[in-house]
Amino acid sequence: MQLEIRERAVGDVAILDLTGKITIGEGSVQLRDSVGSLLDAGRNRIILNLGGVTYVDSSGIGELVSRFTTTKNTGGRLKLLNLPKKIKDLLMITKLLTVFEIYEDESTALESFQ
Amino acid sequence: MMLAENVVELTITSQLEFIDLVTTLTDNISGMIGFDEDASYWVNMAVRESVANAVEHGNKYDPQKSVDIRYTVGPDELKVTVRDYGEGFDPSDLPDPLDPQNLLNPAGRGILYMRTFMDSVEWQRHPEGGMLVSMSKRRTPPKQNDEGERTHDAVGN
Repeated sequence: MQLEIRERAVGDVAILDLTGKITIGEGSVQLRDSVGSLLDAGRNRIILNLGGVTYVDSSGIGELVSRFTTTKNTGGRLKLLNLPKKIKDLLMITKLLTVFEIYEDESTALESFQ
Repeated sequence: MMLAENVVELTITSQLEFIDLVTTLTDNISGMIGFDEDASYWVNMAVRESVANAVEHGNKYDPQKSVDIRYTVGPDELKVTVRDYGEGFDPSDLPDPLDPQNLLNPAGRGILYMRTFMDSVEWQRHPEGGMLVSMSKRRTPPKQNDEGERTHDAVGN
């Protein structure tokens, strides 16, 4: 499996711990489905922990953007945690660093929902 | 002294599952010619984006159409060409992903990444149909030996 996604909850915030690759095909679809399941259950305060992600292609970046927009459209927030340097580079190149809320530690990310 | 070029060719059918095979080969070639970890990573991504475009937008997943990838290792650069057998397109017609109104578009960043990570990228319609993408990445400057001849550490000697 390209991408492993583990879900946990801290209060009403859902945290998805991602490990592996978010690329065209399987990885992007898994991310879409996981966030979609949370939103379907009415859980729209979401943190994506990308600390274990080794590779994201343009399709994966597009999927992050789509999930960000979809979550926002439900009145919720989707935030990014523990961005590896190369993913940060990819977001910077495409001027997306300022679009996402990005955190380097989980407690600060959680507090930002208060 | 003329330095020979080394050529590696790979043809895949239009399935996303084969992209990892292509990028594994790309990593091996990058390692052989001495690209550092960063350069290898970004060359890998540029080739991945190009092959994904060929499968998805060029051949539209048609199993009867292939994607041809050719690596040419020269003394000064790695050239990679990716050919599909689709209808072709004009890259200048594509929306600018950096335009503020396009920032939240889910697609359209692959070509920007290719242009960013390679030293040159060109698109042309192949005379026999399909699109041909030609990319290159410079190798590190060659060393000079005692006779003033250029030498390399890996493929391309």
